[in-house]
Amino acid sequence: MTAIMRRELQAYFSSPIGYIYLAVFYVFAGFYFFATTLMSNTADISGVFNSMFTIVLFLIPILTMRLFSEDLKYRTDQALLTAPINLTSLVLGKFFAASMVFLTGLAITLVYGLIVAVFVPPNWPLIWGNFVALLLLGMALIAIGMFISSLTESQVIAAVGAFAVGLALLLVDSLASVFTNPILVAFFDGISFMKRYEVFTQGIFDFSSIVFFLSVSAIFIFLTVRVQEKRRWS
Amino acid sequence: MIEVKNLTKRYGAKKAVDNISFTVNDGEILGFLGPNGAGKTTTMNIITGYLSSTEGTVTVNGSEILDDPIKVKSQIGYLPEHPPLYLDMTVKEYLSFMYDLKKVKLPGVAKNAHIKEICGHVKIEDVYTRIIKNLSKGYRQRVGLAQALLGNPSVLILDEPTVGLDPKQIIEIRNLIKGLGKHYTIILSSHILSEVQATCERVIVISKGKLIADNTPDNLSRAMSSDHKLTIRVDGPEDEIYKLLSKIPQMIRVDKLGLREDKVYDFTLEAEQGVDIRREVFKRLSERGWAILGMKSSELSLEDIFLQLTDDNNRQTFIQKDDTAALEESAPEETPAEDAAADETNNGGEEE
Repeated sequence: MTAIMRRELQAYFSSPIGYIYLAVFYVFAGFYFFATTLMSNTADISGVFNSMFTIVLFLIPILTMRLFSEDLKYRTDQALLTAPINLTSLVLGKFFAASMVFLTGLAITLVYGLIVAVFVPPNWPLIWGNFVALLLLGMALIAIGMFISSLTESQVIAAVGAFAVGLALLLVDSLASVFTNPILVAFFDGISFMKRYEVFTQGIFDFSSIVFFLSVSAIFIFLTVRVQEKRRWS
Repeated sequence: MIEVKNLTKRYGAKKAVDNISFTVNDGEILGFLGPNGAGKTTTMNIITGYLSSTEGTVTVNGSEILDDPIKVKSQIGYLPEHPPLYLDMTVKEYLSFMYDLKKVKLPGVAKNAHIKEICGHVKIEDVYTRIIKNLSKGYRQRVGLAQALLGNPSVLILDEPTVGLDPKQIIEIRNLIKGLGKHYTIILSSHILSEVQATCERVIVISKGKLIADNTPDNLSRAMSSDHKLTIRVDGPEDEIYKLLSKIPQMIRVDKLGLREDKVYDFTLEAEQGVDIRREVFKRLSERGWAILGMKSSELSLEDIFLQLTDDNNRQTFIQKDDTAALEESAPEETPAEDAAADETNNGGEEE
């Protein structure tokens, strides 16, 4: 697992993808930090986390599109699948590599906390709560993107598919307001990433949302393993 | 030791591999011969655990691939048809990654020392720090081979290892594989007959997913040598040679191939099946003082062999039960030893 993780991390930064991802992430995070915290003279950086939801939704596909598609295209999956490792550690290696890059981008928010600390003592528990929430949201999205990447050998399709899922997740909230049937509303509220995430930016450390994001990650990691397994049997 | 039993792989209605069984003993180099699309790669992918079989079992050193995939995979070094290289890595980084991926543990040998040693074997030290993307096809193939050798696995599976290499590299890789054969059990696939003859001790021929021959390369080629078809090069007048050769009783046809050197002509001769006309040709031409500058049996192409092997009457004779028995059965016209040398392995043209 560690060998695969190291290789994937190296791949992010031996191509422009890792740098572009980080640059774009930092630009938007910086912009929102400036617009919602510095400009409005507040020590609360929840606004940054709130705005980053959409940005993360659309940036994650850049991280995940190559995870499995590239291996399929260049047939390097033959090396991975004939190596004496089990499929779960293969998938987890790739998953954690993408998560590490995501974490590297996310870490900038802690720097914002330090910047605020220059002026007033920031609310560290709130910042850490938001940080954990965004990290788990990112990991859930990475798991979904990785799953889509494992279905195709085209990185473009993998990216577009992950974008589509991101858009759909945004639309889920407006769908919930359209329906009156309480079961449907409960369903759409239940799968809404936005609702699960928002509570953290309001200063609530919601344990059920933590479990939700972890479950989504686990399910899609599991499905990715199944896709790899199925490929052998097709 | 690899045991393949009743292996079948079905894609929908199509059988890519159809009930193949064979055994490879320790230290043996087995050639896997077949035209494109015969099922060679599929069989190899199943042995290495990349694909599953629809039916049948593969056992490597006593462990079954489905029961204990990790143990089996750790004993196999695999070079697929397209070497699985990460183009964005340097050779050094890639081999280091593969070393970790394969969880190689060699008592008393450091990682870097082991990688260096293998690079020495396949002669890629001079590109050690270069990015794989920038390497030529031949070097990439060798990096792929190095990857397969990491950790000294007891079984090596090489899928068309010399495809796309230049002639010098082909000879180098063949010699390398031959050298490796002392320490490894090797399965090597190819669609080139002479390659398998040059490297392998035993040949398995498959066509359309079916096993159609299992024998030594010499037995195969001897059994199918075509002494009745010859190409000769003679120094003398073309038309008179043509008339003279046409008069040989068992001759079916003589074709002129034209002028090759000054007053030197080539002909192809076809005699009746099973008749060796080489001495007769020599005798008649030497009586007239026309020197034979070259004579060789027409080369059997892989297609010819498949045509012969897929002929139902012939098929069973090439599945090896006992070396000598197979030879006698399949080669009714007992050819003298010196004649056997004139089969298609002899590309140089024999002077008599």
